[in-house]
Amino acid sequence: MRFGVVVFPGTWSDGDCHYVLSQVLGQPVDYVWHKERDLSRYDCLILPGGFSYGDYLRCGAIARFSPVMAAVAQFAARGGLVWGICNGFQILCEAGLLPGALLRNNHLQFRCQQTHLRVENAHTPYTRLCRPGQVLAIPISHGEGRYYTDAATLRELEETGRVVFRYTTPQGEATAEANPNGATNNIAGIVNREGNVLGMMPHPERAAEALLGSSDGRVLFESVMAQLAARV
Amino acid sequence: MFLARIYVTLKPAVNDPQGLTIRGGLQTLGFTSVASVRAGKYLEVRLEERDQAAAEARVREMCQKLLSNPVIEDYRFEVVEG
Repeated sequence: MRFGVVVFPGTWSDGDCHYVLSQVLGQPVDYVWHKERDLSRYDCLILPGGFSYGDYLRCGAIARFSPVMAAVAQFAARGGLVWGICNGFQILCEAGLLPGALLRNNHLQFRCQQTHLRVENAHTPYTRLCRPGQVLAIPISHGEGRYYTDAATLRELEETGRVVFRYTTPQGEATAEANPNGATNNIAGIVNREGNVLGMMPHPERAAEALLGSSDGRVLFESVMAQLAARV
Repeated sequence: MFLARIYVTLKPAVNDPQGLTIRGGLQTLGFTSVASVRAGKYLEVRLEERDQAAAEARVREMCQKLLSNPVIEDYRFEVVEG
């Protein structure tokens, strides 16, 4: 079982992801520079947060053409776990590995704050240790996180359980006040049709130790570990 | 040499909070006739192509592959010699 943390020029959460996997959870993990084309030694790839290529043109628009992304697409097509967090989610949407796009927050502000996520689907590789409907305290840190997709795709996502996380109150109610960016249907994270590619705006790697205010993000990493252990 | 002037705008169905905020600013300044504002991107691309039709074909390809995101944006352009 080996994790890879993909690093683009301008990625900034790579260190946090690497730290949580290696130091908090004791997992084998490497940084993977964006020019890498061979991903055969990995079981799960994380595309972390940041501002790849300065967010020029659109968030994730340039990173999508990095050499590693063709390999990531092949890795995903073979069933490998690909986990996009924040800017990683934006890149996966731009690359067409996930549907939709992330738009400027509806209030135009960059928001770095605690949010609460309700687990809508506890049967994904990333949430298998969660209870259905469990509420996780995991922070966001973004200016462009308003999930948008066309009506037909939205219906498909909702009807097939592909909305994995929704912004809610601490009590688990998906209200307008609990929505930090104006995302459609309070959507905070989705999976692809096969369930092996996850994109989420909140940062579980910043919520993996009680010292940081919440350790609720750990269960997502532990779910992946359980998934990979079950597969071997 | 050709010059392409490319305009990338959010699709009409996509909410544009920047445009709404700019509209509010204009109205505060007394431009009360302003009904709506949509913000977008403007790009100038100079390119060497054999003729106008070839230049337009290349620019269209650029718009589809990189300069716009078809999920959220529309594009239009004009190509002139220069």
